[in-house]
Amino acid sequence: MKPPVFTYHRPGSVAEALDLLAQVGSEGKVLAGGQSLVPLLNMRLAAPRHLVDVNWLAELDEVSSGEDGVRVGALARHARVEHDRPANQAVPLLGQAIGDIAHTTVRNRGTVVGSLVHADPAAELPAALVLLGGSMELASAGDGTRRVAAADFFLGPLESAVRPGELATAALFPRPPAGGGTAWVEVARRHGDYAVCGAGALVVLDQDLQIASARAALISVGPVPTPADLTDALAGQPHDAADWAAAGRLAAAATDPDDDIHATAAYRRHLAGVLTARAARAAAANAADRFAQGAA
Amino acid sequence: MSEPLHETRLVVNGVPRTVAVPARRLLSDCLRHDLGLTGTHVGCEHGVCGACTVLVDGRPMRSCLLFAVGVDGAEITTVEGCRSPGGGLGPVQQAFQDCHGLQCGFCTPGFVTTITAWLRDHPDPSEEQARQAIGGNLCRCTGYQNIVASVLRAAELLRNQEEAAR
Repeated sequence: MKPPVFTYHRPGSVAEALDLLAQVGSEGKVLAGGQSLVPLLNMRLAAPRHLVDVNWLAELDEVSSGEDGVRVGALARHARVEHDRPANQAVPLLGQAIGDIAHTTVRNRGTVVGSLVHADPAAELPAALVLLGGSMELASAGDGTRRVAAADFFLGPLESAVRPGELATAALFPRPPAGGGTAWVEVARRHGDYAVCGAGALVVLDQDLQIASARAALISVGPVPTPADLTDALAGQPHDAADWAAAGRLAAAATDPDDDIHATAAYRRHLAGVLTARAARAAAANAADRFAQGAA
Repeated sequence: MSEPLHETRLVVNGVPRTVAVPARRLLSDCLRHDLGLTGTHVGCEHGVCGACTVLVDGRPMRSCLLFAVGVDGAEITTVEGCRSPGGGLGPVQQAFQDCHGLQCGFCTPGFVTTITAWLRDHPDPSEEQARQAIGGNLCRCTGYQNIVASVLRAAELLRNQEEAAR
């Protein structure tokens, strides 16, 4: 249970980090919070020859909220984003989802961008980014910066679109549309464990507080976050009395879970339906609240 | 093959220390092997059990998921740093004794550090909050009832201490 030998690099600037990453290519890994990477190293499931430690790059330690949404730099820790008031006012899903990530001790060190790049199919933030239609900012030496939409970023279990030599510098979480509200719910065997299934929902209300559109994104039911459009099940219904179970059935039908030691595929599909129904109901309530506050 | 060593400065329980460690030295092993502070216990070594929790610049973190070189310059508080200024049991340790919050004691250092940090922000917790606060720490023998009671007792001791100082 000790990590294998690696060469440690501590760049003093993003430019230096990109040069280093270009040099080490596929033999290098970025070390940010390390809350997923270090367990993999300790268990010798990963053995990169080079680690590029970005924890010293203050320029990446940013959380900025604007009209468009929230930009989270690569060094912003989960705990900071979870408790950042302007960020949660703009994108409430951040705090809603981050609260279910492991425990405070892990969130004190782990980073939001790190969770996204790690692309665990059971992780909350990839689904949150997919649900909101966000994007990632990837930088590399010489090639500048490219943006990748969430829908194109998650390629498979623990596989993201980040190429060797690239550094994910930020994640962009868009503000929900006017009249929109969100919620996150999940079931785990113990609080803080990876979810057996989880669902985020975004429900948009019209001026009469009826549902205009709705969608969900689910975790632990496929290799990447599973999006589901719920509009056909909910459109035109009142925000506090819609056919949530029908929305759940739509989402469950969109999933293709596997059996594993934690749960059967049938149980996961059942949870997908129940949790989507709960998330959609809570998201509609959140949208109505935001209406009342004038925030939407 | 000899691995290159990295000079790393840490302030551990208020004392500046300098160690020369390989890059892969976990903070937990650095504390135990390089600095001889064996109060920090190593349970699962993959961030699940919480036994190795220490405070890094005041915030609880898993020392088995940190490289010593990666926290160069940080202030570390281990369970040895949780005693009272006079050298006796600190309030959280005293509470564990009062409430039989430990049996074998293996997981206790992680609980003590976690609770010490948490009570700073939650001076008057409910039982439910206390239970949530220790959600990231596993105990396999004492059971959690007495540990939850210890959290509440520690909060009481701290409040009494504060009142006496007024």
